[in-house]
Amino acid sequence: MSALPPQFQGDLAHLPSHAFGHRSLTWWGVVAFFLIEGTAFALAIGAYFFLQGLEDSWPPQPYKPANLLAGTLFTITILLSEIPNTIVKRAAERRDLIAVRKWMLILLPILALLLVLRAFEFNSLNVHWYDNAYGSILWALLFLHLTHILTDIADTVVLTALIHTRHAAENRRIVDVAENAMYWRFVWLTWLPIYALIYWVPRWVS
Amino acid sequence: MSVMSGKDLPRDGEGLQGAALHGRLERTWGDAPGFWGWLTTTDHKKIGRRYMVTAFVFMALAGVLALAMRVQLSGPEKALMTPDRYNQLFTMHGTTMMFLFAVPVMEAMAIYLVPLMIGTRNISFPRLNAFSYWMYLAGGTLLWIAFLLNIGPDAGWFSYTPLSGPQFSPGKRVDIWAQMITFTEVAALAVAVEIVATILKQRAPGMTLSRMPLFVWTMLVVALMVIFSMPAVALCSGLLISDRLIGTHFYNAYEHGDPLLWQHLFWFFGHPEVYIIFLPGAGFVSHIVETFTRRPVFAYPAMVLSLVTVGLLAFGVWVHHMFATGLPRTGYAFYTAATMAVSIPAGIQIFCWIATIWDGRPRFKVPFLYVFAFIITFVIGGLSGVMQASVPIDLQVHDTYFIVAHFHYVLIGGAVFPLLGAITYWFPKVTGRMMDEGLGKVAFWMIFLGFQLAFFPMHFLGMWGMPRRVYTYPTGMGWDEMNMLASIGAFVVAAAFLLFIVNAANSARRGAVAGPNPWDAAGLEWSTSSPPPHYNFAHIPVVTSRTPLWDNRNHLPVMTGLRVDERELLLTSVMDAIPDVREPSALPTIWPLWAALSTTAMFISSIFTPWAVVIGTFPIAAALIAWFWPKTPPTPEPVVE
Repeated sequence: MSALPPQFQGDLAHLPSHAFGHRSLTWWGVVAFFLIEGTAFALAIGAYFFLQGLEDSWPPQPYKPANLLAGTLFTITILLSEIPNTIVKRAAERRDLIAVRKWMLILLPILALLLVLRAFEFNSLNVHWYDNAYGSILWALLFLHLTHILTDIADTVVLTALIHTRHAAENRRIVDVAENAMYWRFVWLTWLPIYALIYWVPRWVS
Repeated sequence: MSVMSGKDLPRDGEGLQGAALHGRLERTWGDAPGFWGWLTTTDHKKIGRRYMVTAFVFMALAGVLALAMRVQLSGPEKALMTPDRYNQLFTMHGTTMMFLFAVPVMEAMAIYLVPLMIGTRNISFPRLNAFSYWMYLAGGTLLWIAFLLNIGPDAGWFSYTPLSGPQFSPGKRVDIWAQMITFTEVAALAVAVEIVATILKQRAPGMTLSRMPLFVWTMLVVALMVIFSMPAVALCSGLLISDRLIGTHFYNAYEHGDPLLWQHLFWFFGHPEVYIIFLPGAGFVSHIVETFTRRPVFAYPAMVLSLVTVGLLAFGVWVHHMFATGLPRTGYAFYTAATMAVSIPAGIQIFCWIATIWDGRPRFKVPFLYVFAFIITFVIGGLSGVMQASVPIDLQVHDTYFIVAHFHYVLIGGAVFPLLGAITYWFPKVTGRMMDEGLGKVAFWMIFLGFQLAFFPMHFLGMWGMPRRVYTYPTGMGWDEMNMLASIGAFVVAAAFLLFIVNAANSARRGAVAGPNPWDAAGLEWSTSSPPPHYNFAHIPVVTSRTPLWDNRNHLPVMTGLRVDERELLLTSVMDAIPDVREPSALPTIWPLWAALSTTAMFISSIFTPWAVVIGTFPIAAALIAWFWPKTPPTPEPVVE
């Protein structure tokens, strides 16, 4: 119990019980995780350039740069995935549950396709992680990004299931859908520099 | 589904206050009884206390190792232990103190205090908070069980490659160290996220950024530093594990990797880490000085700007740990200048505290005494730090006992002394009882003087050339007397810590009853009962100044209208703390514990096989889904129109 007697100065009952974007606690949690994961990516990219600086050629002789096909298809697909992702986010923000349900189901096979393409990417690097430091850092970047794809797929599957249950009636669930869509933007944005580092920088500098 | 109108829901207010409100809120915010409640709690106070006790247990263990090392070094050519055991001892001592004591204990203080200081009912993401504690406990236990099985790490607390690489450290010792890092980073990062969100979104109405208590400011800066620095150590230890387990070559110079990559990544974390440990101490000191001089801290804006500046500079000085590796001249000049620059904001803070004391009406109680110990010790350590910013001096004293002296002066002086003061100061809030003043003073003088006896001689030892991390030294070096003094000092400090703990244990049961505000302090945490109820505040307090309780001596301005049948928090705007949203707070659940156990199984197995990462992910995912999945039927959340 409060030690000092209260002096009533206003009432909070009229406030809403959920909000989108920076008004919600979830948004701040997601943004903080962006900062953590973004820092990890930035440092891994720093390590890439640090190791590159030790080499006379990049990739080191006699290795060939990674084949472009799988990675480029992956990049195009993940960029296009932003279209359904934006539709889901906007539908969530106007609480259009029917549209959210439909477009999340459309998003899922796209995510699955990305996973297949990612498997082909590992196979097209033309170097193994145990060959040399160049191979190690390429595999590390690709693996680090893979963990984000997997996380988002798991999130999306669970949320898709959730909004098909009675729990969808709770407005907070639809806030979760919107924040998940924001997380996906982080995943594809961080992919772009990594795509350049794995596939293009070795072509430009060698 | 019938929807109640918002007006029908029970809320606090003029019609529901006092004992009736207390009963309702206790039912809503209380935990299940018994052991189940202990396992499932999401109460920030319980988890904060648990974190603190665990951190002190680890500190005591690491302290015992320090005593063993001091016995071994008390004279030349002693044979109390083998060189291998000694390597494990100093590695375990440093690792435990840095990763299992210093950072966790500061986060623990924040977990307990920040929600109370800003007038909210729980920390943000309370289940993540519970998860974080279990991860921390598992990581620390892993390290210490490994040590007892003689697979304790032995490559130093910063595990430099190539010594820690597969070639020079076969076996699993270094893997245990690296995986313990993963545990503690997950735990520390989770807490950092909670603290940032709590501070930015859950402050009491009216608590604008410019009215935020200084400890809350320090924890905001510290949490952001954790967020930007700890990924570095997680990354470098992850790469080390992969070099050791699956044969990558990040640190292997023969395959065009580089051991110095380790040093860059490690110190990009390691130097901010030092300020992550020291800044909360600065926060404690500000509160103690304010209360015991009975005036607000002098030059609040300068204090806040100094904190932020220290936080920023922390990221620009990591290379001063690498002067001995050889750098370009510009590199030397830049990092010397950046390192010296840190003394400016640090100095501003010291002068602000001195000005506060000068202008105030001091009361020399135990917490306040620790402030003096802090200022004296920290200034000595800070000055020896500025000396080492100079490259020639650094190269001379690198890896000697001068460094050991320096960092114990800044870490014990800058963090542990304020922490002991803070524990004495907030003890009545946490336990409802006062710590004994007489015993507290005896312990204080023993710690303060014992510390100087233990560590001041190490400056001389370092200048006379005694290297750190040697398990013994020959006779005739001229180091015998100083080493003996240091060993005696170490035992005085240990005895004083024992006295401090005995005092705390006794006082928790038999100390004088404290009441809500025994020190006549100004912060919101002192407006609620001691110890605080599960729900922290009966009504959400309203803040109109930096020292709310000094400016409202007869009553506490509050706002009403949060539901009392559900766990509800008030979210306010980031800058001005204007009430914005009522948001639910998570109920107790067992799933964070399961998630931590499955993560533990994955982390430990991945020391032995990379497939553990693949297979172990599934139980973790299952636990996280169960954690996230709503367990109660959806409830309407109507709004009063």
